[in-house]
Parts: sequence; C-alpha cells; structure tokens
Amino acid sequence: MSEPMDEPMEEWRRRTYDPAVAKRPERRDAFHRSSGEALQPLYGDGADGEALGFPGEPPYTRGIQPTMYRGRLWTMRQYAGQEDAEASNARYRFLLDQGQTGLSVAFDLPTQIGYDSDAPQAQGEVGKVGVAIDSIADMRTLFDGIPLDRVTTSMTINSTAATLLALYAAVAGEQGVDRRAIGGTIQNDILKEYVARGTFIYPPAPSMRLITDIFDYCTREVPRWNTISVSGYHMREAGCTAAQEVGFTLAHAIAYVEAALGAGLDFDAFGGRLSFFFACHSNFLEEVAKFRAARRLWARIARERFGATNERAMMLRFHTQTGGVTLTAQQPDNNIVRTALQALAAVLGGTQSLHTNSLDEALGLPSEHAVEVALRTQQIIAHESGVADVIDPLGGSHYVEQVTDEIEAEAAGYIERIDQIGGAVAGVEQGYQQREIMEAAYRRQLELERETDAARSDGAPPGTVGAVKVGVNRFVTSEAAQPEIVRVDPAVGRRQSAKLEQLRARRDGPAARAAVEAIQQAAAGDANLMPLILRAVQAEATLGEIADGLRAVWGEHREAVIV
Amino acid sequence: MSESERKIRVIIAKPGLDGHDRGAKIVARALRDAGMEVIYTGIRQTPAMIAEAALQEDADVVGLSILSGAHLELFPHVLDACAERDILPANTLFFCGGIIPEEDVARLQAIGFQGVFGPGANTNDIVDFVRERVPAPA
Repeated sequence: MSEPMDEPMEEWRRRTYDPAVAKRPERRDAFHRSSGEALQPLYGDGADGEALGFPGEPPYTRGIQPTMYRGRLWTMRQYAGQEDAEASNARYRFLLDQGQTGLSVAFDLPTQIGYDSDAPQAQGEVGKVGVAIDSIADMRTLFDGIPLDRVTTSMTINSTAATLLALYAAVAGEQGVDRRAIGGTIQNDILKEYVARGTFIYPPAPSMRLITDIFDYCTREVPRWNTISVSGYHMREAGCTAAQEVGFTLAHAIAYVEAALGAGLDFDAFGGRLSFFFACHSNFLEEVAKFRAARRLWARIARERFGATNERAMMLRFHTQTGGVTLTAQQPDNNIVRTALQALAAVLGGTQSLHTNSLDEALGLPSEHAVEVALRTQQIIAHESGVADVIDPLGGSHYVEQVTDEIEAEAAGYIERIDQIGGAVAGVEQGYQQREIMEAAYRRQLELERETDAARSDGAPPGTVGAVKVGVNRFVTSEAAQPEIVRVDPAVGRRQSAKLEQLRARRDGPAARAAVEAIQQAAAGDANLMPLILRAVQAEATLGEIADGLRAVWGEHREAVIV
Repeated sequence: MSESERKIRVIIAKPGLDGHDRGAKIVARALRDAGMEVIYTGIRQTPAMIAEAALQEDADVVGLSILSGAHLELFPHVLDACAERDILPANTLFFCGGIIPEEDVARLQAIGFQGVFGPGANTNDIVDFVRERVPAPA
C-alpha cells in the first residue's frame, strides 16, 4: 500500500483486519475503482475516537466484522411462504436456484397463533399470509430436497416458536443432520407481538419463560441457532419513528436478557446468539445512521449494563427488511425505486441479511416476477454499485455521524423512560409502547393529509406543508388496471384438514396425547419445555394440540385496546 | 351540532387473525376526532363478537379491516352474524378496508359494503363518507 496511513488506522489493520483476512481471505485479492486504483478497506484518519472506533471492534459503529462485505456479502434472504408445504417448498427451491443464499419462512396466521388448520378460528386464514404447518408431516414436505446442513433458515414465528424449532430440528434429524449443525433464526420476540404485531397467545410471564427455556436449551443443544430476533420492524410498520424503533427494540432486548439472567443463564454464553431485526424506510441517511446508532448503543448496554466480556455478546447482528408500509398501491412500479433506496441504506448501515419487498405487496401477495425483481435489486447493489467493496463508506460524514449520535441519545432516552416505568414488560402491560407508536402513526397520517389538502386546493407546492407520498397525494396519475393478483387456492384449507384427519387416524394417538400431557405437567412447574416439545412433535402431536395444552395451563393474553 | 343531537356511533373491528391494525386505529381515531362515538374492538374478533358489539353499542356504522387476504371469506360471516341481530345494510352503514384487490371491490359492494378503502385512503374522505351515508335515525 503506497498511501501513508495514520497510525491508529495502521494499528487497527495489524490488530484486527490483517488477522481476519489471514484467517479468511476477502472476496477478491483487491478491489478497484474504474480507473484501476486499488481501494483501501477503510477510509478515515482513525482520529475520531472511541465513539466511532473501527470495524470488528466494540462499539462496532462502523460494522461488526473486520472486513464487512469485502469478506462476505450480506445474506440475501427473501421472506416467503404460501398455501401448503408443497407450494412453499417449490418457491424455496426457485429462490435458491435464483441465487438466494438463505431461506426465510412465512407461516400462516393459524400456525403463528397455535391453531391447527381445521380449528374454527383458522377459518378463512389457512395458507393466506404464509405456509400452513400443522405437524411434522408438513415440515418434512416443506424442506424436502433442501439440505438443512447447507442452508440457514429464518422463521418468523413467535408464540409457537418452540414448536417450530422442534419441528425443524426433528426434520433435520430425519435428514441425518445433527441439531448441533443446523443454523438459522427464530423470531421468538413476544414483546413486540403484544405491542404491534398481534400473534400472542399466552400472558407475558409464561411467554417470557418459554423464551428463556429456548435460550437455555439452544445454548447447550443447538449452538448455531439464533434464539431470538428482537424486532423493531413491526413497531416501525405500526408507525413509530426511527429513534423509537431503536429504543423500543433495545428495551425489549434488555427485558429478554434480564429474564434469562433471572433464570440463571450467563450473558456471555447466550448473548452472542441474540439477533435483531429492523425496518429500513426511505429517509436514506437517517436510516443509515439508525443502524450505526443501534450497534453502538447495544455494545454499550452489553458492556455497561450486563458486564459482557465476550465480544460476540456485544455485537448487534441484524436482519433488515425494506419498509412494507412505505409501498403504495398507486403507481406500483415506483415501489422498485423505494425498495432499492431502502436496501442500499440497509447495506450502508451494515446489515447482516436483507429482505427486499416486492413491488406489488400493497396489492396482495407477491408474484414470482415481482419477487425476482426484488432479489435482483440486492444483487445489483452487491455486484454493480461498488458499495460492498469498502467498509462503512459513509462513516465520517459530518451529517451521518451527528444523526447517529442524536438517534443513539434519543433511543437511550426511551430506554431510560421504560426503565422508569418498570421495564419493557411493564411498559407493554401499561400500554406505553403502544401509545407512543399510535401517537407517532397519527402524526404521520396528519402530515400526509395536510399534503393531500394542499394538493387538492392547489394551495402550496409539493412538500412545503406536509409529507409527500409520490403517486398518492402528489404526482397522481389515473391508474392503469391493477396487475393480476396472486390468489391463495381456497382448497388449501380443506387439503390441510384432510391431511390432519389422516394423521390423527394413522398415528399412535395415546402416545401423542401423553407427550402433550408431559408438556403440560412441566409447564405447571419449571422444567425446560424444549425437550418435551421435541418429543411431542416426533410423536406426531400437532401444533394446535401443543398450543391448546399450554393454553389450558397458562391461559390466554387479553389485549388492552389503545387507540 | 346541538348538545342534544345524538353522535354517530361507530364500531371499528378486525375480524380474523391478522394483527395489522394501524389502519383500523387511525380510522377509529379520525372518526372520533370528527366528533363521532367510536369503539375499536381490537384484533382477532369473531363475527359473533363484532355483531354483539354492534348490537350493544347501538352502532350506526360498522367498519371492518383485514390485511391478510381473508376478506372474501370472513366479511360475509360478519354480515350474517349482524343480520341475525337485525343489523342490516338497510339500517346500518357498513364499510371496510385493507389490502383488497380492485376486482373484489364490486363483490363487497354487492353484499352490502357501501365503501371499500384501500392503502393510501384519506381519513377526511372516510369521515365525509360516513357523514353522508349514515342512515337517518329511525
């Protein structure tokens, strides 16, 4: 390297970067600009002090890995799932054939809320927003021909996460893959379900216990599994601000850590398996700053609040999804541009994996063509834009650094407020997070409508009185006919019910019932439920039977309605 | 409006299992801010629960929201449960919203939903719609 470098930067290279490259080479020997100039891995004078730091070192403002995307690109992980296991299996194979590098399973609402497909509550919802999974037979079909030692799988599943993880581990076992070798993530974040997403079953206390059981079990038995994905995404979708997204998410993470500590777990041992999930919206530089602020704040919390010494437990590793709520039903092609901007911000913010939304998601389920464009968007950013060839290229921008500081401070303020009211669980019970989100959502709505009023009365130029939504309240055109909508086959509910009937006729009924009763007994005490749930799914107990068993012991959560 | 004039009474409800209630809450709040008496039921309501709420609250208006795509299956069940309690499109204003494809709008209108509002709908338009269409008190 001919350029003279400042001393702190050289020290970082010797200390962290060079050993990382020696251990695993970067994607190529050298990265170049169009004129042939070789790129440095990192730019800056290294004089910005501890707040900024260096990639791969606490507080990770500039990224959690020493080489970031020069070493390995983020995981391109499109959330998908529809109808039954057969249809979803076909979609996963298509995505893997197209170059996707990880799976992300969307389950239907009955699966997420612990109802079998033939339960009265499931009527009309089977297979609608994801795949219907009732038993190990469905799970086997879902991953048929997909080697579970070679892909990692993220599952958006919360109150029934223990059951789905058990099903995954059981199917891996049938494929000959040891559960110690499987990798993936369960969302397993119940607090944001109470706050924003709605797929809760049990009251907070037993729900938190189920989560700590999973932490404990996986630390010992499924060591490569990310046991939780603490999610800001859905709170952002529900209307909160970028700073609230960080503050509430980290406050929820604190509650999970405290619950696990209360159960006797060691933060250094399980902290490295915590992962996070954020949205990315269209205010480009604010979003970049948000991710950097979240990383720095979590590293500080891990060290100062929980006394972490294991660096992995200080790293905020996160998945990003572009903002579903930013998409418009009007002029849907514009959504490709929105998604591309948001995806680029997520990459410049240092995400570990990314889902890009499809252009037609404000209209219905994504078509195969729309999913392909969304995946191609990530591939263009990865391979054509050059942003993956240097580490944290926006680091050191006066604006980005200041907004990073501001969001960190605002988010810390929300955490402090939640601490004052007794923690995140108390906050949920008092409706604090829900109220804050609703207020922010309503403010946003009024800004959009001020703009609508101005547009209708021809009163002011775009963007001078409210918030512009292109194609919705400004730059409106008469709409072309909507593209054809993907429909879920209405027969899927009947097919699932027939499968359940066959399963119940075929299986050893008393054995399945006994396995569920064993779960119930343990649920009334304090033994870890995971081994028992695993045994129950192997005995072909259904997801709904297990959830009903726990409902009978723990009761059901009743939502406090806040408008 | 004089003090004695009865406020328009509205039930906003989410049938089915989906938890996306940002839209339902915003509509509830906007109607309330416009001077109406609004009850938002919360998520995961069965058709019978919604119909019972409409009966108990003596609702003039029932607004339903679904974002999971289950609207064609579930909305008719809500209408049936309401009809059992003599809450009919003839005496009550029904409207709905969510991720509802264009091609479903006519079907929903045909079974009794006078308004179908999709993404990007303006709450002022919904307020005006309710004021114009709400049935006169018997």
